[in-house]
Amino acid sequence: MERVAIIGASMTQFGNRSAWIRELLAEAGHSCLTSAGVDPNAVDHLYVSNMAAGEFEGQTGVSNALAHDLGALPAYTERVDQTSASGGAGIYAAWRSIASGASDMTLLVGGEKMTHRSTAEATDVIASLTHPVEYKHGLTLPSFAGLTARRYLDRYDAPRESLASVAAKNHRNGVDNPKAQFQKAVSKETILESPIVADPLRLYDFCPITDGSAALLFCPESVAREYADEYVVVAGVDGATDTHVVHERPDPTWMGAVAESARGAFDMSGYGPDDVDVAELHDMFTILELLQLEALGFADRGTAWQLAEEGYTDRDGGELPVNTSGGLKSKGHPLGASGVAQAVEVYEQLLGDAGPRQVSADVGLCCNVGGFGNCVTTSVLEVGA
Amino acid sequence: MSDADSTDDTPPMEAVRYDDGTITYPGHPVGPDGGDPIESIDLSEYTAEVLTWTTNTAPPPGVREPNTLAIVEFTVDGEWVRAIGQVDGDVSIGQTVQPVYVDELRDPEPSVRARDSQDWDGYRFEPVSE
Repeated sequence: MERVAIIGASMTQFGNRSAWIRELLAEAGHSCLTSAGVDPNAVDHLYVSNMAAGEFEGQTGVSNALAHDLGALPAYTERVDQTSASGGAGIYAAWRSIASGASDMTLLVGGEKMTHRSTAEATDVIASLTHPVEYKHGLTLPSFAGLTARRYLDRYDAPRESLASVAAKNHRNGVDNPKAQFQKAVSKETILESPIVADPLRLYDFCPITDGSAALLFCPESVAREYADEYVVVAGVDGATDTHVVHERPDPTWMGAVAESARGAFDMSGYGPDDVDVAELHDMFTILELLQLEALGFADRGTAWQLAEEGYTDRDGGELPVNTSGGLKSKGHPLGASGVAQAVEVYEQLLGDAGPRQVSADVGLCCNVGGFGNCVTTSVLEVGA
Repeated sequence: MSDADSTDDTPPMEAVRYDDGTITYPGHPVGPDGGDPIESIDLSEYTAEVLTWTTNTAPPPGVREPNTLAIVEFTVDGEWVRAIGQVDGDVSIGQTVQPVYVDELRDPEPSVRARDSQDWDGYRFEPVSE
């Protein structure tokens, strides 16, 4: 099977943007092709990771629209929706297109336009992924986070402050990311005194609502050198699904689809958790970073809160830097863009292009979570030989 | 136990038992371990224990504010089955609660979901006084 290379990566400014979805996607896609020096006509497949442009904006058919706007006709296009994990699912789709030989050049663009809607409206669009028995009670993704965080803290006797350590770390990292929505350090005291959103979680335990887009360009590794002196290889990738109804999971603090997708991605890559030098995890809520550290095999069950407290996941001096980009927490979370932007950060880290955020890394991991762990993709990236 | 307020018109809180003994709320065409559905169980006839809870102060349109929610666990003939729902009253982990019928849990009009695609009545959990 053909090894798959990533030869270009870009992301737009994340935050409160005046651009609409078509413009955001075109901005990241055009920048990715231009920086890689690849003609739009060379693109065989074009994938757009997007959860809800129809619901947010009333714009459907976004992948066809993007092919026209980029001058990539007659490329085959497809919109990939895995809710918040659409970006990671797009990586999996792009990988399949190249590995199977169906495409020799695949552009993946993830994006979402959200900030024109109120917080309540945006929350409802996202909550529409829930089962009817959840939705009628007003369950939201932040509510699931509150329920799970209380269970985790109680069961493992973990201090509330450990969640604040995750938020403080990711905000600290975001200071050095000029594309991040928030580039401001926040103290643990501020986090612990911020307004309650879903008890015991507070405002700073949650990512913001964001506009933005990110892109990656894939081709067979055998031809990667024709386009780029340095590139990254998708060493392993997999996806998995957990129960739609969240309360039916046997252990409410265990993310089964994270564990399953990680197993597949690690098996394909030949690497394991100990080989990973840098990771971008889906910190839509602080508790999720801890649960992913455990399900990915970086920490034993019930112990990841200690890693955050001890600085193990710090960018500067940490054993395993997590969310050097600032994570969804400070970079922002334009749903369909987030999984793609995770890989943009790891791409830059592996190629030494991360500037003040740079860590020493040969192998990186991205974990993109949809719903409350309902669907997950994990990818393992390495520097091309 | 039976709810004093319930009448014959009150819909059940319908869980489903599968032929391998497992029970889920809600029911599915196939059970968690592959079993076929064999019978309905009305969870409103049972009490449950609170596994965890939260109070959401930023609910979506049409939802009461604040909205306290809990995941609870029922034990039916030795088999566990969990449910999620709104809570009335103060709640804590380990507390015993009972389902109480409410004819509209959420106003469907301002929500993004089509009104006729699902029902909007159901059961809240109330603490059982010791």
